[in-house]
Amino acid sequence: MADVTLTIDNKQVTVPAGTLVVDAAKRAGLDVPVFCYHPKLEPAGMCRMCLVEIGRPMLDRATGKPVLDEAGEAKIQFMPKLETACTNPVSEGMVVKTQLTSEKARAGQKGTVEFLLTSHPLDCPVCDKGGECALQDLTMAHGPGQSRFLFDEKQRLAKQLPLGELIWLDRERCIQCARCIRFQDDIAGESVLGFEERGRMMQIVSMSEPGFDSIFSGNTTDICPVGALTTSDFRFGARPWELNAAPSICAQCPVGCNLTFNTRREAKADGQIVIKRVMPRQNEQVNEIWMCDKGRFAYHYVESEKRLTRPLMRRDGKLAKVSWKAALDLAAEKLSEHKKNSVTLVSGRLSNEDLYNLNIFAGKTEAILYTDMGGGDLTSLVGVSDGTNIGDMGKGDAILVIASDLYNEAPIWWLRIKAAAERGATLIVAGGRAAKLDRFATFTIRYAYGDEIKTIEDLGGKSKIAEAFRKAENALIFYGSDGLGLAGSTSLAAACANLLKETNHIGRRNNGLVGVWPRVNDQGAWEMGFRPTADLAEALKGKAVYIVGADPAGDDPALAKALKSAKFVVVQDISMTATAELADVILPAQPHTERAGTFTSGERRVQRFYPVVPAFGESRPDFSITAQLARQMGIILEGSSLPIVFDFIAHSLPAFDGLNYDRLAEVTEQWPMVGRGDMYYGGTTYENKDGLGAHLSSAAQRGETFKLPAAKNVKPLRPKEGELLAVPVTQLYDLGNTVASAELLAQRIGAAAISLHPETAGKLGAADGETVKISWNGSQSEVRVRTDEGLAAGVALVPRSFGIALREPMTLTVKPAKKVK
Amino acid sequence: MSLLEPIIELGRGLVITMKQALFNPVVTVQYPEVKREVRPRFRGRHVLKRYENGLEKCIGCSLCAAACPSDAIFVEAAENTDEKRFSPGERYASTYEINMMRCIFCGFCEDACPTEAIVLGDNYELSFTNRRDAIYPKEMLLEPVPSADMTTPRKTEANVFTRSVPEMKNPKDWESGDTVKVDT
Repeated sequence: MADVTLTIDNKQVTVPAGTLVVDAAKRAGLDVPVFCYHPKLEPAGMCRMCLVEIGRPMLDRATGKPVLDEAGEAKIQFMPKLETACTNPVSEGMVVKTQLTSEKARAGQKGTVEFLLTSHPLDCPVCDKGGECALQDLTMAHGPGQSRFLFDEKQRLAKQLPLGELIWLDRERCIQCARCIRFQDDIAGESVLGFEERGRMMQIVSMSEPGFDSIFSGNTTDICPVGALTTSDFRFGARPWELNAAPSICAQCPVGCNLTFNTRREAKADGQIVIKRVMPRQNEQVNEIWMCDKGRFAYHYVESEKRLTRPLMRRDGKLAKVSWKAALDLAAEKLSEHKKNSVTLVSGRLSNEDLYNLNIFAGKTEAILYTDMGGGDLTSLVGVSDGTNIGDMGKGDAILVIASDLYNEAPIWWLRIKAAAERGATLIVAGGRAAKLDRFATFTIRYAYGDEIKTIEDLGGKSKIAEAFRKAENALIFYGSDGLGLAGSTSLAAACANLLKETNHIGRRNNGLVGVWPRVNDQGAWEMGFRPTADLAEALKGKAVYIVGADPAGDDPALAKALKSAKFVVVQDISMTATAELADVILPAQPHTERAGTFTSGERRVQRFYPVVPAFGESRPDFSITAQLARQMGIILEGSSLPIVFDFIAHSLPAFDGLNYDRLAEVTEQWPMVGRGDMYYGGTTYENKDGLGAHLSSAAQRGETFKLPAAKNVKPLRPKEGELLAVPVTQLYDLGNTVASAELLAQRIGAAAISLHPETAGKLGAADGETVKISWNGSQSEVRVRTDEGLAAGVALVPRSFGIALREPMTLTVKPAKKVK
Repeated sequence: MSLLEPIIELGRGLVITMKQALFNPVVTVQYPEVKREVRPRFRGRHVLKRYENGLEKCIGCSLCAAACPSDAIFVEAAENTDEKRFSPGERYASTYEINMMRCIFCGFCEDACPTEAIVLGDNYELSFTNRRDAIYPKEMLLEPVPSADMTTPRKTEANVFTRSVPEMKNPKDWESGDTVKVDT
């Protein structure tokens, strides 16, 4: 867009046309105070705090040319009244006088603050926002020292009101800026908040059941300019100025949101330094300034009671505490003894450095990635290229989401793809059931579970949708494992990769394949050379097994059985899992909050995380434990310096070429500017000072020649009469090890339930909420039934990590459970 | 110079000494049997005050800790319920510690306190035999309860103690009848 030059407080500023005066001032380093305006939201002009004097060049009505004064300069006509800087876009020759140069603007802003304070309670000492509050800051900077209003006429409204179990509302503190409502409506796309009443009685209400039913609710507390919305998690946790901040990466999903952990030394925790809250950290290419509630509230697993503090060893059938030396000696001895017959099983919860060391450690022996989703080798070939940013995509671009319920699997991608669609990108959502993203899709494809490959093949053919995808300037495909197991998702990835290649959507920025992985660093594990195996139980049976960061026994009884028959089991994990219970040696590891490292996101962006809290007990970082174990077995690995391990990675893998820890810690200027002294502008999101990370290069980008495997066409599973097709799906809040310990989320996690179409459920005689007996593949279980209109008839959705071990689509029979009185 | 002169000088000196010894009021206090009274604005050991109804004035806002130039105060807060109430309002101090070895008795904490909960009292008997004892926890700092049934925590009537900070009107302006000036 063309640039416009204007004068703000006697300073010449050149900004793109369409910029708002408040943003233009911000770019010029001048602060116009705001409450309701937020750079990520559409302006509303509700708070009247940004009042400034605006003058525009006078135009001659006859000629349309500017009127000149005696000196030959354009005559400026100021509006008789103050205008809001947040709703006025800049225009050529505009002259703006902010509170810095205009007495009138100063008086206007002072009056606005005085009005806002007429009913604001004196809660600052007990308010969680106190210390990082826009109203406090702006009152100090622009407000009056005294009020002329009657104390007894202060508005009294409900205080300490839970708006759902995650967010508290204090209606007296609210200044009716509607930032939260506008965030929910425009950005999160979940209109669950609204205003009730009018004038001074106007108040925020939740319009959903359960209250504030949104997975992005925590963000409203960040952008709330007062303490009206605060989180239950941090309620009275500490005063903001007492907190230390440590940059990190969220380990809950493959998006890799940049976070800041706030910590404090606490008497309640026996003087330990503990995590008090999680805040988003700006990375405009990953999570912008947002994060989901799972990332914000589910971090408690790192401090759970189940954390392992010391190495354990099985003695007389019981696990006993031993020294590191004893544990490592035994593990090394046994693993060496069965060297030819050993397996290393890792998960995507580990950092790149851990996985690199583990892969060398495994050497020629079997190295398995614990996952039910395939295709990571293809994302390395045709994955997104350097500079990819969903935030840049819009008109002329296409995004295809297939077999992935992004809302549950990767909420921030959901949010950003939705925004791209709203900017004009062609969004194609293909799935076996109705998904929340359908609402924003240009095209929705509903296939029968099992027809995923066919759907992609059709997109290569001739149809309106295929045409739109082919003609798009840039195209991304997000594929997942909704309703798919390892075989299905591997084929789907191949089909998607081929489609991208055929339509020439590879090797360029904003083009390529993205895997919606179940874990944070699955992509990294694929890059390091780990591959999943079709029959994991068979691979574990009778072997000496080294399991790192995975809990197969907790997920599937069949795998637990296989582990019981293993020769020797070494488990290296952060907490006591069902798998660890079966181990012969347990090595306590550190979660990402206690150490440094890097994760590779689904978009193949490598990002650094930093230590947040001191190590728990005697736990050690995974890469060092592996190095120590390897040393005992005669393999020399780097076990103390992470940057050195990363340099090894950069030298041995072409995708990592040219990357190092310094490069990953580089930061460039980001817009909007948030997290600085002007918290009223962008909210309490942290500024990114510790690295935006870097993309891995894909083979297509490097210009390598490669052959893509053809998609294996698996005959879709069609259930017989009396059976249902059970498909595994991912739920945002599940009972997995990294979520279940968050007590606050218990209500949202709920109990295990299979979802059925109401008609299917009706035929089976099971109503919503009733318990039924299900049997599949020789296993049986009792679960609740949930009805869902968005499903196809004859399909049963089985959520993963809820105790029902379904790793592939299968047929399932449902019987009413015996009535219990 | 006569021989008498030194004796006279000696006598003079003795007169002053005797005057001081016999006629001046006694300044020495027989501490610890007798304790000296302190001045009205003396700044001694801190006391955490209570309201007349026994509820703690302290709301755990940590402003005293923020104001403290020697970082002697440590506060942690928790939530009040009507079932288990320590102070009016939603927040109370679950941990309140002052390190008396660090404290310089400047009184900034008193100034910062929004509820006048922390007051520097009369007690100057601060001696410890080890560093740990120099940290005074909340139980040591808190004023004794006026009567046994006013102890904290206690069960209180619902929706009565909803506000942490007492409403502070300026009484002078109020009496004058015209515009009321209230700090916002």
